Amino acid sequence: MPNATTILDARAMGRTLRRMAEEIVELNEGTDHLIIVGIQRRGVQLADRIVKIIEERDGVDIPRGALDITLYRDDLQTVGPRPVVGPTDLTWNLEGKRVVIVDDVLYTGRTVRAALDELADFGRPSRIALAVLVDRGGRELPIRADIVGKTITVAPEDRVDVLVNELDGRDAVVVVRRDAAEATR
Amino acid sequence: MTEARDILLSGGRVIDPSAGRDETTDVLLRDGKVEAIGRSLGAPEGAEVLDCSGLLVSPGFIDVHCHLREPGREDVETVATGARAAAAGGFTAVCAMPNTEPVTDNQAAVGFIIRQGLRAAAARVYPIGAISVGQRGEALAEFGEMVGAGAVAVSDDGKPVVSAHLMRTALEYAQAFDIPVIDHCEEPTLAKGGSMNEGMMSARLGLRGIPAEAEEIMVIRDILLARRTGGHVHLAHMSTAGSVELIRWGKERGINVTAEVTPHHLTLTEAAVGGFDTSAKMNPPLRTEADVEALREALRDGTIDLVATDHAPHHYDAKEREFADAPFGIVGLETALALVVTELVEKGIIDFPTLVDRMSTRPAKLFHLEGGSLAQGSTADVTVFDPAREWVVDPSKFLSKGRNTPYAGDQLRGRAVYTIVGGRVVFRLEE
Amino acid sequence: MTSALGKDLLALEPLTPEQIRLILDTAEPFKEISERAIKKVPALRGKTIVNLFFESSTRTRISFEFAEKRLSADTVNVASVGSSVQKGETLVDTARNLEAMRIDMVVIRHGASGAARFLADRIESNVINAGDGTHEHPTQGLLDILTLRDHFGDLAGRRICIVGDVLHSRVARSNIWGLKKLGAEVAVCGPKSLLPWGIDEFGVKVFKRVEEAIEWAEALNVLRLQLERMQAGYIPSLREYNRVFGITHERLDRAPRDILILHPGPMNRGVEIDSDVADGPHSVILNQVTNGVAVRMAVLYLLAGGRPELAESAKASAPGAER
Repeated sequence: MPNATTILDARAMGRTLRRMAEEIVELNEGTDHLIIVGIQRRGVQLADRIVKIIEERDGVDIPRGALDITLYRDDLQTVGPRPVVGPTDLTWNLEGKRVVIVDDVLYTGRTVRAALDELADFGRPSRIALAVLVDRGGRELPIRADIVGKTITVAPEDRVDVLVNELDGRDAVVVVRRDAAEATR
Repeated sequence: MTEARDILLSGGRVIDPSAGRDETTDVLLRDGKVEAIGRSLGAPEGAEVLDCSGLLVSPGFIDVHCHLREPGREDVETVATGARAAAAGGFTAVCAMPNTEPVTDNQAAVGFIIRQGLRAAAARVYPIGAISVGQRGEALAEFGEMVGAGAVAVSDDGKPVVSAHLMRTALEYAQAFDIPVIDHCEEPTLAKGGSMNEGMMSARLGLRGIPAEAEEIMVIRDILLARRTGGHVHLAHMSTAGSVELIRWGKERGINVTAEVTPHHLTLTEAAVGGFDTSAKMNPPLRTEADVEALREALRDGTIDLVATDHAPHHYDAKEREFADAPFGIVGLETALALVVTELVEKGIIDFPTLVDRMSTRPAKLFHLEGGSLAQGSTADVTVFDPAREWVVDPSKFLSKGRNTPYAGDQLRGRAVYTIVGGRVVFRLEE
Repeated sequence: MTSALGKDLLALEPLTPEQIRLILDTAEPFKEISERAIKKVPALRGKTIVNLFFESSTRTRISFEFAEKRLSADTVNVASVGSSVQKGETLVDTARNLEAMRIDMVVIRHGASGAARFLADRIESNVINAGDGTHEHPTQGLLDILTLRDHFGDLAGRRICIVGDVLHSRVARSNIWGLKKLGAEVAVCGPKSLLPWGIDEFGVKVFKRVEEAIEWAEALNVLRLQLERMQAGYIPSLREYNRVFGITHERLDRAPRDILILHPGPMNRGVEIDSDVADGPHSVILNQVTNGVAVRMAVLYLLAGGRPELAESAKASAPGAER
C-alpha cells in the first residue's frame, strides 16, 4: 500500500485487544450481565476477538451481538444508503445488562450515535460503554470512548484502516496519507 | 372568387401516370385547367412563374380517408383547419369520413361539409356519407340524396358494418350511384376491449390484443359479398399480411375490391407501443414486421391500391392517459408524403411514378373524383414537392389542430412545396 | 440521485439479474427487523410516501404500509373510493398534484396496464408499481422469488410452474421475468383460453394439463381465478375449473416429489386451490406474506437513495472508513 504507515502490526494489535479485554472486565466489575456488541463490519470481528480472550481467560460464556447501523444513519438524504444492509444480530434481552459497543475506529461519532439509537430500540441496558481500537480524533458529536486501544492524531484527509484477518487476510492498523487515500478510493 | 393568374410550373420533373408521363418539362395552368404541357412553354403576360427545377410536379394528391371532426368536435379539428393541413401535406383533395357529431348521414349534413370546404378554400373536401342512419348499423342511409348533395362514397368508418346483410344491401344499393362502399374491417367480438395488436408485445405489456383475424374475417366477408353483389367494396386501412392475401385472392377472381393502407401501417410495428406510448395507439393496431413487409409489397404490386392517411386528430391532451383508455388514431395529413418518400421510395420499394399513382391517379379513378391527371384540359389540381427536402417533424408547427403523432422529432425527406387547387396556389412552403 | 435500481420500480422485465439479487439480498436483513420488539428503524425518516390505490387491495396496501412505517416514513393512503379519483380526475392531474405536493415516493396500484409507467414518466418522485392492470406486479414477483429462494437456495435450474389465469395476471408476468433472470426453468399451465397468445415466445414451457405440470414442477405458483373470467366466457364454470385445473391434494399425491405451493392471494378455496393444499405442509403462502413486507422495505430503502453503480456496494465495506 503506497504511502501507508503501519500504526499497529499483528502482534501489537493482539496485545492491544488483550488490554482492552482486561479493561472491559474491570470497567464492568466482572463478566456478569456483560454483553459485547460489535458494529458492522470490522467492529464485529474485534468484538469476537475480545469475547474469545475473556472467555478463555475467565472460562465463562459472554453473550455477543452484531449491530448494522446503516438504517440508523443520519446522512441517508445526502449520500444515500449503502445498498447492502448487513445483518443485525441481537437476540439477547438487554434489560438491565451492561452492554459494551465495540468498533474499529472512532472518528466523527456519528456511527456511535446511530448505534445508541438502534440499541435503544432493542431494550434498556443498565449501562452502555464504548470500546474502540483506534481513536483518531475529529469528533462532530459529544461522544467519547470508555476504552481506547490506541489514540492517534491524523489529518482529516487521511484514512485510518483497520485490517482484520477474517476479512482482509491480516491484522494491522494503517494510516493512509491523503494523496494515497485519494488514489485508492 | 377573383380570376386566378396563369401559373407556369417551370422545369420540374413532371410525373403523370395517367398519361405515362415522366419527363422534365413545363406545365401551364389557366382558368383552373391544365392549359398546356411541354418544354420551354414560356410565361404568358402576367403569369406567375414557379421555378420547379429539382422538384416533382404531380397531379394533386388525394386522401380518401380522413376525419375532420366537424360538425361536433370543432375543438379538435374543423373542415377549414383540416383542409389547410391537407394542402400543407400536398393534398389537393380529401374525403371526410362521416363519423361526426351528428353523423353525416343525410343530404343536409353533406351539404354543410361541402359549404365549409368551399369556404376554407384550401384542399377540396369531399364528404363521405354514412352507410347506416346514425352509423348504428341498422337502417340504410339515403345514399341517393347524399350523393346528390356531393357525397363521393359511403362508409360507417370508425365502426365496422357488423351486419353482413346490411353490407350486402349497401353494396347492392350503392351501384345505382356508382360509389364505393368503404368498410372498416373489424369483427367486434374478437376486437372487443383490445387496444393493440395481439402478439408477443401485448402479452408482455398486459394489454388486450386485437388479433389479425378480427380484420381478416371482415375482409373476406366483404370480398365475398362484393362477389355476390358485384358492388365496389373499398377496404379501409389494411393492416395485416393475411388481408393482403385475401385481397389478392379477390382481385385475381375479378371481384370489385379495392383497398388502402396508411403511412403508419407502412412504417411502424407494434414495437412502437413498447413503452405504453399512446401516440402509437391506432385502430387497426400497428402490427408486426412481417405485416409491414406484406403491406409494402402489396402497395408496390397494386394489390393495395392507394395510400390514405386515416388522419384522426384528437384534443392535445386526449392521449395523456392510460393506454387502454386513450383514443385511437394519429394525425397524418402533414406527414404522409414524407413517410412514403422516406420509407418506401428512398428504400427502393416503390419509385416516384408509383407514389404518384397510389396517392393521386388511383384515388381519383376509384372514387370518380376530379384530378389525378395533368392531361391538357384536366382540372388544375397539382402538387409540387421536393423529394430531397429534409425536415424534422414538429407537431407544434402543424396546421392541423391535432398534435398526436408518433413521428414527432423524426427526420424525414420529401415535402410539398406548392399545392395548387383549381389553378390557385393554396399552399406554399415557407423557407 | 439515482439508486441502484434507477428512479422507479415499475416491472421486473427490465431489471438485470444483479438488480434482482440486490433487492433480495437487501430484503434479508429487513426480515429481522420485523422480528424485533420495536419493529422500526429510522432509515426513511422524513420521507413522505403516498399509497395511491385506484383498485382496492387490502393485502398489498397493508404490506406496503407496514414496510413504510417500519422504515419510519410518513405515509398517506389515497384509495379510489372517496377521493377525487372517483370524481373523474385524470391520472395526469393526479400526477401533477402529487408533484406539486413534493412527495418523495408514490406507490401506485391501478387497473390500467402501463399506469405506473405513465405516472413515473411525469413526476420526479420515485414510483413503485403495486400492480398495473394485467402488466406487472414487481414486488409480488420479488416476494414470490424470495420465498422460493428461502426454500431452494439457488434458483438456477429449479422448475417452477405458474398455474391458472396467466392471461389476466400481472403476478404471472413478474414471476416469469424474475425467475427466468435468476436461471429458473419456468412453465405455465392453464386453459389455453386463459394463456396469452404468444406466451411460448416468453421462453416458458406450456402445459395443457395440470397433471403434466405437477409431474414436472418442483414448485407451483397458483394464481387466483377471478369470477369475472367465467362471466366473460373464458371458462365454463368455476366448478369445472376446479375439476380440471384445481390444485388438489389428490393430484399432488400422485406427484413424484413434494411440491412447494405458493399463492399470491387472496385465495378462492375450492376453486384454483383446495383448502387442504393451501393449509398443507408444503404451502409457503404465509411465508410469502411475511417476505412481502421485507421485500417492500428493501425496495423502498434502495429507491430512497444510494449510489448508481452496483459495484460500489462492494467497496462500501472497505476497511476502516467510518461511515
